[in-house]
Amino acid sequence: MTDATMTYTLSDPHHVRAAEHAGPASKRIVTAYGFWIFILSDMVMFSAFFATYAVLLGQTAGGPSGAELFDLRNVAIETGFLLASSFTCGLATIAADARNKFSFQIAMAVTCVFGLAFLTIEAREFASLVARGAGPTRSAFLSAFFTLVGCHGLHVSAGILWLLTMMAQVYAKGFRADIQRRLLCFALFWHALDIIWIAVFTVVYLLGSAV
Amino acid sequence: MTNGHEGIDRNIDIAPGDEHLEGGIGERVLGYLVGLGLAILLTATSFFVAGTDLVWQPSIPVALVVLAIAQMGVHLVFFLHITTGADNANNVLALAFGMLIVLLVIGGSLWIMANLNQNMMPMDQLMQMQR
Repeated sequence: MTDATMTYTLSDPHHVRAAEHAGPASKRIVTAYGFWIFILSDMVMFSAFFATYAVLLGQTAGGPSGAELFDLRNVAIETGFLLASSFTCGLATIAADARNKFSFQIAMAVTCVFGLAFLTIEAREFASLVARGAGPTRSAFLSAFFTLVGCHGLHVSAGILWLLTMMAQVYAKGFRADIQRRLLCFALFWHALDIIWIAVFTVVYLLGSAV
Repeated sequence: MTNGHEGIDRNIDIAPGDEHLEGGIGERVLGYLVGLGLAILLTATSFFVAGTDLVWQPSIPVALVVLAIAQMGVHLVFFLHITTGADNANNVLALAFGMLIVLLVIGGSLWIMANLNQNMMPMDQLMQMQR
């Protein structure tokens, strides 16, 4: 060590100023941070849909309101499936860190099944609403409802395609550093969808059926 | 137990979503289980509060919003591993900025639209004036 770095290190014994000179952030941090920014901007986009829904909540144009349309038991089951899938996605992350291919594929497959169960319930809800004449064209309230909840559903569908891709990539290429980075981004995406769903079931269904 | 990323993560920062590891696999699974338990508890409370007449009715929307924010916090801490530690400062700052924009968009829209709704002439009168 040169005298200069010696003095610098000694003057900062608790490494408050990061005397180690760690250099640029690793690719893992840069990639995940960039994806984190994307997720936050996605949440900003959702916030616009939430604002639209909240403003148009009472604009039913003589059509059915949320209280008449929503089946909260169905929503509770949907919520349970998505929450469980978030948990098994966490287990898949742990399995990937432990480089355990078998546990990883099992956890991802279970996550996929829960995600598909969620989507099936949502699709049946949409179909039954349209069949009862409460489609997106019925009122401003229903337009806002289908846009917001449908947008979340599209995100979950995209997440399931990504999930299957990751299962295939781990199967074919193993836990390489680049695959691990993609897995980290996928986990961020999947957990973020669950966070948005908390807002959806609270604002759209629970508050929406109280009006 | 290590997650195998230490070799490249000797920096003072940590990637969003990465866990600061001290325990073994069991401890990590336990962390997710605690998060799942808290999330189930908060969700169940939300659904219960929404349908009950045990509490003062005007307090219900506030209670639902508080429960939702609490559950988002649980998910952020136990599933996304966002902490208050120095290694997470960048992730928390980005999150804080995102939440600021979210609050501005939602709060601002509701405020402006409520204001317009109150001050605008009812639609039927407006139509009459245009005749």
